[in-house]
Amino acid sequence: MAEYMILIYEDENGYATASPDVFQQVMEAHNRFAQHVDAKGGKLVAGNALQPTSTATSIRGDVVTDGPFAETKEALGGYYLIEARDLDHALDIAKSCPARFGGVEVRPIMVFS
Amino acid sequence: MPGRASGAGAPGAAGNGRSRDGGQVRGRRRERDPAAAVADAHRREWAFVLAATARVAGDIDLAEECVQDAYVAALDTWSRQGIPDNPGAWLTTTARRRAIDVLRRGATLRGKLPLLIEPAAPVPSSAAPGPFPGDDEEIPDDRLRLVFTCCHPALAREAQVALTLRLVCGLTTTEIAQAFLVPEATMAARVTRAKKKISAARIAYRVPGPAELPDRLDAVLTVVHLLYTTGHAAPAGPDVVRADLVERAMDLARMLQSLMPDEREVRGLLALLLLTDARRGTRAGPDGRLLLLAEQDRGQWDRAMIAEGAALVPGALRGGCPGRFALQAAIAALHAEAPSYEQTDWRQIAQLYDVLLSVWQSPVVALNRAVAVAMADGPQAGLAQIEELERDSRLAGYRYLPAAKADLLRRLGRQQEAADAYRCALELTMNTAERDFLTRRIAETGGQG
Repeated sequence: MAEYMILIYEDENGYATASPDVFQQVMEAHNRFAQHVDAKGGKLVAGNALQPTSTATSIRGDVVTDGPFAETKEALGGYYLIEARDLDHALDIAKSCPARFGGVEVRPIMVFS
Repeated sequence: MPGRASGAGAPGAAGNGRSRDGGQVRGRRRERDPAAAVADAHRREWAFVLAATARVAGDIDLAEECVQDAYVAALDTWSRQGIPDNPGAWLTTTARRRAIDVLRRGATLRGKLPLLIEPAAPVPSSAAPGPFPGDDEEIPDDRLRLVFTCCHPALAREAQVALTLRLVCGLTTTEIAQAFLVPEATMAARVTRAKKKISAARIAYRVPGPAELPDRLDAVLTVVHLLYTTGHAAPAGPDVVRADLVERAMDLARMLQSLMPDEREVRGLLALLLLTDARRGTRAGPDGRLLLLAEQDRGQWDRAMIAEGAALVPGALRGGCPGRFALQAAIAALHAEAPSYEQTDWRQIAQLYDVLLSVWQSPVVALNRAVAVAMADGPQAGLAQIEELERDSRLAGYRYLPAAKADLLRRLGRQQEAADAYRCALELTMNTAERDFLTRRIAETGGQG
């Protein structure tokens, strides 16, 4: 098994304007995803949602600036760290990761040994 | 090729169905020059040797190094001891032993991620156990495994094809760069990046299961087709056709068809390759001179291959919007069944190219359509389309664009412009037969070679 990070990139406006119903659906989808990882034979190591990029602070060199590192339409909004057998397995799991207003990126964790 | 039974097994390679006399070298010398034998084995056996070595090495780069070392060793050993009866098996055994030696010597791969290899179905073997692991078993044909790994959807399409030509066909980076119309450095970086991703992201070395197969197929068909076209019009060297690449593509197409007999585009691809390859023997004269479609001896075309290919076309076209391979096969069938160049149904070919262009927006397709239009409606109509295509940057460096333009200019009697265009084409090809053809045309149109 190897570790993969599933990075969830979404348009933050989607959540900024979402109704309580939509939030409820998103929460339920994430709960289902956690069960789904187990059912697929993977393992959920960690996962978190992030506050929106309006709360981000960037540091380049020693210069501190307000805002995210790069302004993009779809911003990093959360992540899961999973264990999977190989890339196909990780992608199979990541396909069911909720990302209603965007998509996900799957990156292998670098192993130092 | 007709009647040749090559199913999903090992078509023409060093493994299954052949006697394995790998490490043994006969004392008698063959007539052939060892260097020529090594070059021949490189073209014919590379994919099999590398695929089998990757399984043992557990790492593509290590496998490539070991296979390259084996070819170097072959030149030396075969010069001294003679050429083995089965060069592919000799190379495979040598490369696999090297890989095992490197792994045994130690920590070469520590910190690297191994290639993920799913075990193959066990192959019963009556051979006595060899001194090295892997020697006592029948070497399985891992070429499809290699192809599907190279064509994994997590790799960019361009990288898939480049990697397959490099790893499966053993083409050099220069040849692949030419096939793709990109600078060599770009291609080298593309191949390196793709190989790194296979190992770092853990793309498994396997053939996808039945459920995944359809999704993974288009990339593989593209690769097989490109493999064929690379062999059909070799980018460099003395021959118009590299028969080994053409045959490898044909074998792979047959293998794919036996894996997915109901897939229309697989059928379309196989039909296309058969119909095109039926003309292979007539594309060059006895002196190696390149012969155009109009000049080819149609009596020499392989009628059995044409019949086999044409019989596949209806089934490939039927059942919804036809795919690009089926449409190309339909075009090839019209060429193959025409009594002469002039009596070819150019209008229907031009119409099929219109449909093809609607499912596949390729500038090369548009160039071919322009040639068909020139035959149906006259060279002026074709030339207008080609001049439009000259503005497409994707065709910059594509040698058949100035060559096609030159031909239309020549037919319009614009000799000096034709000679200039032939010169442009000449600068873009390293294929000897094509260079000879273009040089003759420059002389005929009154220019200086």
